[in-house]
Amino acid sequence: MSATTVKEPWVHVVKRDRMTVGKSALIHLAGVVLALIICALVIFMLTGLNPIDVYAGIWDGALGTSRRTWVTLRDSAILLCIGFAITPAFRMRFWNIGAEGQVLVGAMATAAVMIYGANWPSWALYTLMPIAGVLAGALWGLIPAVFKAKWNTNETLFTLMLNYVAMQAVTYAIIFWENPKGSNSVGLINMQSEAGWLPSIADNKYLLTIFVVLVIMVLLYGYMKYTKQGYEISVVGESENTARYAGINVKRVIIRTMALSGALAGVAGFLLVSGAGHTISTSVADGRGFTAIVVAWLGKLNPFAMLVVAFFLVFMQRGSIQIASQFGLNDSASEILTGIILFCVLGCEFFINYRLEFRHEEEAVKA
Amino acid sequence: MKKLLSLIMVVCMVLSLTVVAASAEGVAADKIKVGFIFIGDENEGYTYSHLVAAQEMQKALGLSDDQIIIRYNIPESEACYEAAVDLAEQGCNIIFANSFGHEDYLFKAAAEYPEIQFCHATGTKAASSGLTNTHNYFTAIYEARYISGVVGGMKLQSMIDDGTITADQAKVGYVGAYPYAEVVSGYTAFFLGVRAMCPSATMEVVYTNSWADAALEKEAAESMIADGCKLIGQHADTTGASTACEPAGVPIVGYNISMIPTAPTMALTSSTNNWVPYVTYAVKSVLDGTAIDVDWCKGFSEGAVALTDLNKDAIAAGTEEKVAELEKAIADGTLHVFDTSTFTVGGETMTTFDTCYGFEGYEMISDGYFHESELRSAPTFELRIDGITEK
Repeated sequence: MSATTVKEPWVHVVKRDRMTVGKSALIHLAGVVLALIICALVIFMLTGLNPIDVYAGIWDGALGTSRRTWVTLRDSAILLCIGFAITPAFRMRFWNIGAEGQVLVGAMATAAVMIYGANWPSWALYTLMPIAGVLAGALWGLIPAVFKAKWNTNETLFTLMLNYVAMQAVTYAIIFWENPKGSNSVGLINMQSEAGWLPSIADNKYLLTIFVVLVIMVLLYGYMKYTKQGYEISVVGESENTARYAGINVKRVIIRTMALSGALAGVAGFLLVSGAGHTISTSVADGRGFTAIVVAWLGKLNPFAMLVVAFFLVFMQRGSIQIASQFGLNDSASEILTGIILFCVLGCEFFINYRLEFRHEEEAVKA
Repeated sequence: MKKLLSLIMVVCMVLSLTVVAASAEGVAADKIKVGFIFIGDENEGYTYSHLVAAQEMQKALGLSDDQIIIRYNIPESEACYEAAVDLAEQGCNIIFANSFGHEDYLFKAAAEYPEIQFCHATGTKAASSGLTNTHNYFTAIYEARYISGVVGGMKLQSMIDDGTITADQAKVGYVGAYPYAEVVSGYTAFFLGVRAMCPSATMEVVYTNSWADAALEKEAAESMIADGCKLIGQHADTTGASTACEPAGVPIVGYNISMIPTAPTMALTSSTNNWVPYVTYAVKSVLDGTAIDVDWCKGFSEGAVALTDLNKDAIAAGTEEKVAELEKAIADGTLHVFDTSTFTVGGETMTTFDTCYGFEGYEMISDGYFHESELRSAPTFELRIDGITEK
């Protein structure tokens, strides 16, 4: 008896076919709603505060005034830019987790031009700053790519380690640039003359940064989807052997793509220094290089989905400043909330890719 | 009737005059809003002491909770500027920022809001900013460091007297953050305090190159203890050094907070800042419509610096009396910490010094002492005196 009846599990996990966009959006929406309910319970149980008030505080902190809205948009744009930087590499399945360092060297090169070129004519300054940032970022991306192409080194470790090299390089540069001497901080570069600061458009100093990133978004989308090089990246990502069989020079694609990846990170570094902070320190990138991986992955390398994810992450982060001030909930509170929401959204992927079948259902079918 | 009319008119005019005068004099207590930008939150000792100042000021001036807006965990970046303009847009009349690197960003906002007062702790640029609404403040922490050095020096001398160590073994180790004027001024004051009580003392300084890194501070203290140091002092923000001192049996003089919880038998005392007097003074100035000092630096005379509780299980006999005596002497100006008769530089007694970084051309030494923090609130003493070696 016991040998013949194999007890059927209570639930089966079955792979789904492709789901319609509408249905998957619905599941995501359900995930977010569930997350908000869990968050509300957590907020209430841990702090006794009214969750609706806390949500209102988050909203107020991110979008409460027009300036807050612009800052949220600007910060989302920069995070998105770094997300775009790692997109081509990830599409190629080259695990570039060195965006943090690539942003940092781009920022450092931009700052160097700003500092040494304080008295140059502004056209020279504004031309050289982005060029320096892009070249530095591209170089930082090229190093691990060349090693990968020539000697098949592990790019994950290599790019990760280069982050720390970049940080040390910045620490070293600060010794020469610090102001006042001995303070270990550079302060605002060209504070009086504002030389090399990205100009305002229509009296709005956030707009140009956002505009640059939107242009990159369109160009990158076109490059990945409609050009031969973009196609080559996808083929190499799917299978290097297939690519080789099709006559694609895999090494060249790896090197070229990583240079592009680093260059885009360099643009973000340029924007962070010239457009936002006007200074250089080891925390200029502030972990964005890693957060951008979350952006790219959650957005499945789709620029529009990435835009939504980047906005959400920055929204929560800026909201956290408000709830810290208003309710005395520090940084960790909003990180917990972000964690719960991300968990639920990621959980959606499971239900999109698989469906559950319960036992009695199976029996009913047999009968 | 005519008389009555003129009387009414006079009364009206007088009233309107007083109203105008009142608005020129300051801000009403129920209208004022005060903003704070903090580098950390209540879990971080340095910010916590500023938070206490905000709360005490609120109590002293009778402000309600919604008149105080605090922004926590604001890094030394563009985020500080955004926080400052955000506070300005919310109607703050005075805005404080507590971290050194906030300064440029805070004053950038100050340029855009000339009617709002911006006060920055530990900075150096208010006087040279070209703005009238920027202010720097600092405490004369070197006074407290000097007396905490005295506590350490008495302990060291008592160890010599009871034969635990010999006079030439009286070496002090100091965990410093950065080779920066604030730290140099602090360790020199500390050492002068030690040597006032223990004439044979020498000192070595190890830098961690971080304001707060518990592991590095512990490591630095351990390396100096291994190098023969018999007393540890610190200018870094964590309890790291004290956790090295307790097991090694080496007395420690801390900073910011009492080290007694982490080194119950070895912590002597700590020098500490009290920001309450300044924050209360600055906000009250806005209420009264009076000017705030561009550079404010006060010590024992205003209660802006202090020592934490003396550890009765660890200090030498007679310490409490000595501390009380010296605090009084510093407060009334009879004792000067940087008395040039108590130290030499390159073997020479200093009689003149006019090449101080940032104040070239100004004579810093007169009446037999170095005039610390008189030209600006942040420390300027950067001379390396004999008896101290930096590593």
